[in-house]
Amino acid sequence: MTFDGYDTDGLYDEMFLPEGTPRPEARPLVERIDALPEGELIRLHQAAERALLNTGITFTVYGDDQGTERIFPFDIVPRIVPGAAWDPFERGLRQRIEALNLFLDDVYHDQRIVRDGVVPRSVVESSQGFRPQCVGLDPPGGVWCHITGTDLVRHRDGTVYVLEDNLRCPSGVSYVLENRAVMQETFPAVFEGLRVRPVNDYPSRLLTMLEEVAPQAAARPSVAVLTPGVYNSAYFEHSFLAQQMGVELVEGRDLTVANDRLQMRTTRGLQPIDVLYRRIDDDFLDPTCFRSDSLLGVPGIMELYQRGRVALVNAPGTGVADDKVVYAYVPDMIRYYLDQDAILPNVPTWLCWRDADRRYVLDHLPELVVKSANEAGGYGMLVGPESTEAQRTEFAARIEAAPRNYIAQPTLSLSRVPTRVDRRFEGRHVDLRPYILYGREIYVLPGGLTRVALRKGTLVVNSSQGGGSKDTWVLAPSAS
Amino acid sequence: MLSRVAESIYWMSRYIERAENVARVVGVNNRLRLDLPEQAAEQWDPMVQVSGDEPAFRARYDRPTRTSVIRFLAFDPLNPNSIVSCVTRARENARSVREVISSEMWEEVNRFYLFLSAPGARDRALANAHAFFQEIRRSSHLIEGTRNETMEHGEGWHFGEIGRQIERADQTTRILDLKYYLLLPAAADVGAPIDDLQWGALLRSASAMEAYRRAHGRIAAAAVAGFLLLDREFPRSVHHCTTAAQSSLHAVTGTPFRRFVNPAERSLGRLVAELDYTDVTDVIRAGLHGFLDSLQDRLNDIGDEITRTFFAPPVAPGGRG
Repeated sequence: MTFDGYDTDGLYDEMFLPEGTPRPEARPLVERIDALPEGELIRLHQAAERALLNTGITFTVYGDDQGTERIFPFDIVPRIVPGAAWDPFERGLRQRIEALNLFLDDVYHDQRIVRDGVVPRSVVESSQGFRPQCVGLDPPGGVWCHITGTDLVRHRDGTVYVLEDNLRCPSGVSYVLENRAVMQETFPAVFEGLRVRPVNDYPSRLLTMLEEVAPQAAARPSVAVLTPGVYNSAYFEHSFLAQQMGVELVEGRDLTVANDRLQMRTTRGLQPIDVLYRRIDDDFLDPTCFRSDSLLGVPGIMELYQRGRVALVNAPGTGVADDKVVYAYVPDMIRYYLDQDAILPNVPTWLCWRDADRRYVLDHLPELVVKSANEAGGYGMLVGPESTEAQRTEFAARIEAAPRNYIAQPTLSLSRVPTRVDRRFEGRHVDLRPYILYGREIYVLPGGLTRVALRKGTLVVNSSQGGGSKDTWVLAPSAS
Repeated sequence: MLSRVAESIYWMSRYIERAENVARVVGVNNRLRLDLPEQAAEQWDPMVQVSGDEPAFRARYDRPTRTSVIRFLAFDPLNPNSIVSCVTRARENARSVREVISSEMWEEVNRFYLFLSAPGARDRALANAHAFFQEIRRSSHLIEGTRNETMEHGEGWHFGEIGRQIERADQTTRILDLKYYLLLPAAADVGAPIDDLQWGALLRSASAMEAYRRAHGRIAAAAVAGFLLLDREFPRSVHHCTTAAQSSLHAVTGTPFRRFVNPAERSLGRLVAELDYTDVTDVIRAGLHGFLDSLQDRLNDIGDEITRTFFAPPVAPGGRG
């Protein structure tokens, strides 16, 4: 199978120019694939999928009481980003994370940005992610959002927009690392020719960051990853990251508070933990502080945290910054805190709590994407052009009932990447989630998770909605 | 090491070993049917009887036949000790500690599970039982070898070793006990070729035939029992297994040998000391079947004491035992 006859359909294609020739950075890969014997690419793809299944790189499908595991569908054609194109992504993300972190510190302290009228108080305090329990907290080093996954999309005109920020427990980075491992085994020769920037140092950078935010000076701070358990859909990732960092993977039932420290139960008694990379939501962290019915967390951990006896990563309360209404104010935050213009633009956003915006949204539902302000994973979303009359009526009612909870954006025509569909390549829409670490300084992983909407024509890339993933190759600057 | 993690490694190893030994028990018949004179019918009751799950079998199956017993012992998800159940739980345990065991080891456990859950696995087992159960044993050995060669021999490995060896000791008593249930066509057949064939099938199923021949030559009931219970060098003998479990237990605690600081060390130490000074003629005089029963009880108690000593407080519902 070759790229002969591949059609960009006049859309923005990450690999091919509109006239059908490969972009310069993609040429070596296109030539390599075109030169493979018939059937070889399919064989390589199947071998890669088998490797993923055998290593158990699977996620659990919710709403299926068998606890069925599936591999996260993986496409063999990578997305390639030339070095020069990556540079503004990286600068833009640093700028954005710096501003978001300043915003978090501000809303839980003086709220200057509210008092100066840049972000309305009602927007902040009505956000589901706003935690009054966090007011006055001083996380080590002033860092709140240690790990962020920010979703980027490219529109058909070539502009790259920030679609949303995930500042709570962004997942997916393990797929980035495993996809790369599989691709390096599959196309070793192409890697040698292209100088793809490595992602394999992510676990060591993550560990370094976690050690940097330890509250007490210790020669080797004790770090642990907190998971809800094997039935969580991201369990593989929790376990993978703990393994790659060489730290304990703990569940709530392994932990207790004793002697003024967070402790884990071991075969030799209790042992203290300095830094907890928690992969459970704020709500479940501490039944004495947040949801009292949580069995996943540790009673008393928030009190320890408030007194600087343990570090939590990310800090509790960061959810206020990935509220989709708060998102609309990020360019204003960048201007307010950093006195700069945003390098990466937001998608234009209508906020339904504003009367004029809401009227516009209700009048234009068939052409807009409507999102619930606090849901992730592609749930609670209306894609206007793909919707039915009944769905639009339902959403209009929901918006009228709770305008604060909805935003709308124009339907972007996401860029596409060739994707294997049986015995040929077809363009499929993609987004990109780079991961950003914030310890002593900000680090942006070159690349990230390229998610691909495998169903023809659809724009929703979430794995819970039939999405898959691709390896993302950011090339070293001199090579492009 | 986290108590939960130690417990998961312990159970993972026990379940893999249990799955292997179910394959060994079924393997006895797979051998006998090739060797036996035509008039001697295949006996499937003993396979169910030694499993300890006879009531569960009777409740849901008609009578023990080749098909029903293989289905029950290998594939029945409602039988908690079927091969499929054991490997599924071993994998669940492995999944919950995959950051502690080596990646290679997890992959072998996962591969074992995928092999068993592949479509058509049951049909293949019935069509070619010998090859299928060989594959079960081979998978278990691969996991065991991978564990030994890729995981650091620290606390986690030792907990795996304790689980594996205690389970193996228990299972060896069950393989030996099969002979108690396997019927001879007539009383006069004791010591006859068919008796020999049955003992031989047991030895082969315990991978003990060649080692036995080198040590004792001709097959004799007391010598076979002595070999599988008390041999100092054969790695599946009860003596060997309990001694290995004891070494690992003391490696975990650091307690010197012949001392104890917890009930698990005490019970296991007593059992090993008794086996040290037991002669097979004592066993035969007291009655082999009764001796095996009491061994199984004591191994059970040791398992409970290990749980109380190292894994308490007990795991949440849906846990691993």
